[in-house]
Amino acid sequence: MEIIKVRNLVKNFGNLEVLRGINMDVAEREKLVIIGPSGSGKSTLLRCLNLLEEPTGGTIEFAGINVTDPEANLPKIREEIGMVFQSFNLFPHKNVMENITMAPLIVKKKEPPEAMEIALSLLEKVGLSDKVESYPGELSGGQQQRVAIARALAMQPRVMLFDEPTSALDPEMVGEVLDVMGDLAREGMTMVVVTHEMKFAQEIGDRVIFMDEGLIIEEGTPHQLFAEPKNKRTRSFLTRVMP
Amino acid sequence: MPNSLDLIIQSLPFLLTGVLQTLKVTLIAVAIGCVLGLFGGMGRLSNNRFSRALATCYVDFVRGTPLLVQLFIVYFGLPPVIQQFKAFLETSFALGPFTSTSHIPAFVAAVVACSINSGAYVSEIFRAGIQSIEKGQREAALSLGMTPKQAMRHIILPQAVRRVVPPLGNEFIAMLKDTSLLICIGYAELTRQGQLIIGTTFRPFEIWFAVAFLYLIMTLSISRLVDFTERRLGINGNH
Repeated sequence: MEIIKVRNLVKNFGNLEVLRGINMDVAEREKLVIIGPSGSGKSTLLRCLNLLEEPTGGTIEFAGINVTDPEANLPKIREEIGMVFQSFNLFPHKNVMENITMAPLIVKKKEPPEAMEIALSLLEKVGLSDKVESYPGELSGGQQQRVAIARALAMQPRVMLFDEPTSALDPEMVGEVLDVMGDLAREGMTMVVVTHEMKFAQEIGDRVIFMDEGLIIEEGTPHQLFAEPKNKRTRSFLTRVMP
Repeated sequence: MPNSLDLIIQSLPFLLTGVLQTLKVTLIAVAIGCVLGLFGGMGRLSNNRFSRALATCYVDFVRGTPLLVQLFIVYFGLPPVIQQFKAFLETSFALGPFTSTSHIPAFVAAVVACSINSGAYVSEIFRAGIQSIEKGQREAALSLGMTPKQAMRHIILPQAVRRVVPPLGNEFIAMLKDTSLLICIGYAELTRQGQLIIGTTFRPFEIWFAVAFLYLIMTLSISRLVDFTERRLGINGNH
């Protein structure tokens, strides 16, 4: 069952064509990894999926709903699509507990005890039960990103989008975030991950897409893409990132 | 003839009535100005063209004209217009009769003019404050399913308010000093009271210095208060 269907997606920033006709499906429970050089449009593609960027052309369907329809109820759709950002974007004026419970309280109108219970179990899952009262500024980058993952999960989304979640981290903190993402993958979450972590892509990806200059150049299983890349551009990218 | 110190001490009770009036007008004007400024600032950033145009006109007009002229418009300019409007209602709609005078009390004119003036400056302070919050904050809020209004109210404004405390403090101080212009409509604020005392004592040097000193005490107190608030809100920390 496809939960996301992208057809002929085009995105221009002024005269710059960032996405030039993307067709892509994501199946339920699938882990799709998007790789490619910087400026290839992979982050833009991800940000179009929950309409943080408004597509210039084409359609995006999520769970049978046309997201690109101007009448679409975006907040309602975004409730079901969690997103983790490169720069964490935790709310600095709120502590960890408040960061996680805020959206369930405001958007889903959950009762505080229930929201807090969910938050505590998520914090346990990401290994930060002792940071309930901390503020984002008191946490390391890796810890902040794990809180951000818990915050997105608290809305109980059907899909999780990861936009280069480890790119802003010091190398020694990358592992702890990837571990949490790996756990999530094994639980069966549908995930679309833009990343430069090739080892992670091979380990958890069901399918890998290679993008360049606003187009999908090649896609396949991790084995097909990493071990037997067909396209010249894929090969030259892989030799550069995996010497 | 009393010596300088005695003169100032004798004048102090009278000057202090002026201090009270100065503080009263400033506090009310900045409070109303903050409300106007919140809407003005959000209007300037609105996606709605009408709101944006309205807010821009307001800010441009008020910031581009002297407070003294604005004060004259309210105090001297409006009463004849109100008078004509009343006459129009009485003759055309048989409403009224209204009170014959359309004089606006100096206090009301002072508060109206100063509030509108302050609101324009505060609009720009809030606009800058809101714009200073990283784009990612709004995106994170939206991605969690918040509406743009909820994101503004729960995520962006609370952070912006902390950042605008120092410039709001400056606006408070500027407004406090600007209320000295109210002397021109005869409002009994500090400068006016000083002028009145000089009219009877003929000692401008001592009195103007006393007046200046009283302003200084007020402005320095506000600065300290702003510093304190800043520390309480942890503006330089992370929360």
